[in-house]
Amino acid sequence: MLTCKQASELISEHQERPLTRRERWGLRLHLAICISCRRFERQLALLRRALRQLAQGERVNLPGPELPPQARQRIRRTLAEQSPHSPE
Amino acid sequence: MTTKQPPPAEQWLDDHGTALYRYALLRLRDPDKAEEAVQETLLAALQAWARYSGNASVRTWLIGILKHKILDQFRREAREQGLPDPEQTVAEDGESPFNTREHWASRLADWGDPEAALQDSQFWRILQECLDRLPPRLARLFVLREVYEDETKEICQELTISPTNLWTMLYRARMRLRQCLDRNWVG
Repeated sequence: MLTCKQASELISEHQERPLTRRERWGLRLHLAICISCRRFERQLALLRRALRQLAQGERVNLPGPELPPQARQRIRRTLAEQSPHSPE
Repeated sequence: MTTKQPPPAEQWLDDHGTALYRYALLRLRDPDKAEEAVQETLLAALQAWARYSGNASVRTWLIGILKHKILDQFRREAREQGLPDPEQTVAEDGESPFNTREHWASRLADWGDPEAALQDSQFWRILQECLDRLPPRLARLFVLREVYEDETKEICQELTISPTNLWTMLYRARMRLRQCLDRNWVG
């Protein structure tokens, strides 16, 4: 019988690679009797979904600092220098 | 109209500067680096304007460019800094959530409906805080994998580590994030 530590490692690795048949059965058996590991599995799935949403930029309107005015100025200057249509 | 207007780079800065900056800051965690990434993104956008199809919104398009800039930065840093020492991260993990028989020391809490969590601004704020608390090098590796969905093979090749080593480190990162969310968001 797998321990919870082993089960949690398999749940994490399952996000990285397919499990072997033996591992799958061991994990299934363990999950059938262990509510904590079932919750752990759902929690990791939520973490993964959340992190992928971060990548898609769906959360860019998260509260956070404004682009500081000085930084904005510096970028504006650089853009003006580089812009192909900037006046001479 | 057959020709495009000149690229409105200043308009992009006005309309999307803060959104880009927050996005960059969330990942790079350093105001100077975030500013640099925003600037590089807008400069690259000027160059790429001719290829902008107009299918995606300008913001989505800019974020796409920014993602590449950040990823480049991550790769540079990962190479320069080397990898977290697996032994050391064990020590940093602190208290094990398992008892001596390798079962959970206490029953895990139910986090409830995942859809509700993803709608919860508290959840996102605390997730960010928890990401910030990961040891920097472990965080970088984790973000390469989870946020940018780099293939395991690429990460291993680039950082010259074995897949087993990578899985162990990803496991540690997940355990820490989980525990941090559990304490600060659920608890």
